[in-house]
Amino acid sequence: MDAIVVKNLTKYYDGFLAVDHISFSVKWGELFGFLGPNGAGKTTTVKMLCGLTRISEGDAYVAGYSPLRELKLVKKVIGLVPDVSNLYPELTCWENLIFAGEMYGIKKEELVNRAYELLKLFDLMDKKDSKFKQLSKGQKRKLTMAAALVHKPKILFLDEPTIGLDVRSRRAVWSMIRELNENGLTIFLTTHNIHEAFNLCERIMVINKGKIIAAGSPTELKRRFSGSEVLEVSFTGEISIEEISQIPGVIKASRSGGSFKLVVSDPISVIEELVEKARSRRISLNYVNLRGADAEEVFLKIIGEEHA
Amino acid sequence: MLDEIRGAFYIAKKDLKEYYFKPPTISWGIAFPLVFALAFLLRGWEKDWLAPGLLTLSLFFGSTSMSAASIVFERRMESFERLLLFPISYLGVAFGKALSSFFFGLLSSTATVAIIWLFLSIPPHNMMLLMLCIVGSALQFSSMGILLSFAVKDPAQAMTIFNSIRFPMMFLSNIIIPVSKLPHYLSWVSLAIPLTYSVEAIRYALIGSYDIIPPQISIPVTFISFFAFLYLAAIMIKRTIP
Ligand SMILES: Nc1ncnc2c1ncn2[C@@H]1O[C@H](COP(=O)(O)OP(=O)(O)OP(=O)(O)O)[C@@H](O)[C@H]1O
Ligand SMILES: [Mg+2]
Repeated sequence: MDAIVVKNLTKYYDGFLAVDHISFSVKWGELFGFLGPNGAGKTTTVKMLCGLTRISEGDAYVAGYSPLRELKLVKKVIGLVPDVSNLYPELTCWENLIFAGEMYGIKKEELVNRAYELLKLFDLMDKKDSKFKQLSKGQKRKLTMAAALVHKPKILFLDEPTIGLDVRSRRAVWSMIRELNENGLTIFLTTHNIHEAFNLCERIMVINKGKIIAAGSPTELKRRFSGSEVLEVSFTGEISIEEISQIPGVIKASRSGGSFKLVVSDPISVIEELVEKARSRRISLNYVNLRGADAEEVFLKIIGEEHA
Repeated sequence: MLDEIRGAFYIAKKDLKEYYFKPPTISWGIAFPLVFALAFLLRGWEKDWLAPGLLTLSLFFGSTSMSAASIVFERRMESFERLLLFPISYLGVAFGKALSSFFFGLLSSTATVAIIWLFLSIPPHNMMLLMLCIVGSALQFSSMGILLSFAVKDPAQAMTIFNSIRFPMMFLSNIIIPVSKLPHYLSWVSLAIPLTYSVEAIRYALIGSYDIIPPQISIPVTFISFFAFLYLAAIMIKRTIP
């Protein structure tokens, strides 16, 4: 059986449908990306798989065990790094790791070795006796990851692993994630950052409003959704965004300052139409720029909405 | 089973490390009962009546302050979820949290015990029984504290809410005023308060007499209520899962 198998998994929060009958599976050894905008249902899905949120409908198998019926077995073989770095602030890095290990019943000697190993791996040896609350954001994130690995889980859930980190820390965390995965760990990663997903994951599933709307490798997704181009235009006079949106071939139109940004499928005919509209108003185009859509715009196209 | 108990002890150890020196645990858990004890001593109350009350009181405030600090704080920081991720049952988590409060209650009441010893010089009526009653009461209070912590949403108000429950309990149990001297309708309220039983148990073990509840009832009640509160706390923990 695959590492994670999800069948019609559904979550209602008091009638609000947060995750809507999703099904997918993750293979052993895979670095799987779960991509979606804020509120899409990523955290809810992860929490259902880890037993931190009740499953409303459907079922799942994590490492072959069902979180509904064999939660304790699931908990033994998974590690979760939640979206907040929630270790104990008053405990030192060392004490935090030891406590996590104790709770999994790891023998003292083995645990001490493991804790040293993890501190070295995450480059936190010099912070061994610092309290968790004294660490920087990036260091907190890394220690939270380390604590999820003390018991050598088979599957690691990473919920927004690089949220709030600067470029350098983010890259450090990315290379850690790659290294863990290369050593055979199955990783389920959620992110709202398309670059993170495209950079890191072998396979990506896109979720929006609780529904899976696309899945595939980064290259497949890019190919599938990159048919569009971005056209930036501005005019010498007034023209409304509603009118521009109605032009055939315009997928998305947004306004920034005096110019319009249009995601278009057929740029030539759209430009012709724009020129036509301008002429009928006795104004003219004074700026035109056409370029291929970047990863971010591909993502926005997939989820079908514009986050200005 | 053994795994669960071991896990609970690790939780307790972690809690003690983390919260022992938090201001609310110190002020409400140690300082307050101490000041209270001194205030009563200075006013010269009848010592046979007062000693068991003060001992129970310090156990009560000590064992409940710790859970207020730890659970309410951890729930806000979202680190309480960590405990639910370990392979331990909800009952195990509740027991771990109760244990840390229990140990803290025992530790914090030593100061009060010393005072009783020094100033009141009361030799315990039955030492073994007294220890049993202290253990039973501290367990009862700590599990009650845990239960209460789940009712508190805003950590800033945790102590206010705790005290708005603890103080009435303190006055309605027979720590200060004997139940036998309360108006009839209030004595019924008093019998519904767990504290009444623990103070009666401790009173008997310390001075060999009681107000209205005989030790054959009061002592078992402290232990039974501990198990009941613990079980309810486990249900509350389960209910925090959305
Ligand atoms: N405990 C809860 N009670 C009620 N509604 C909730 C709860 N947790 C999440 N939701 C709702 O469920 C939806 C999905 O939330 P979720 O946290 O899973 O999103 P997400 O994809 O992780 O978003 P983000 O990128 O912001 O972390 C949101 O609309 C959210 O408001
Ligand atoms: Mg989330």
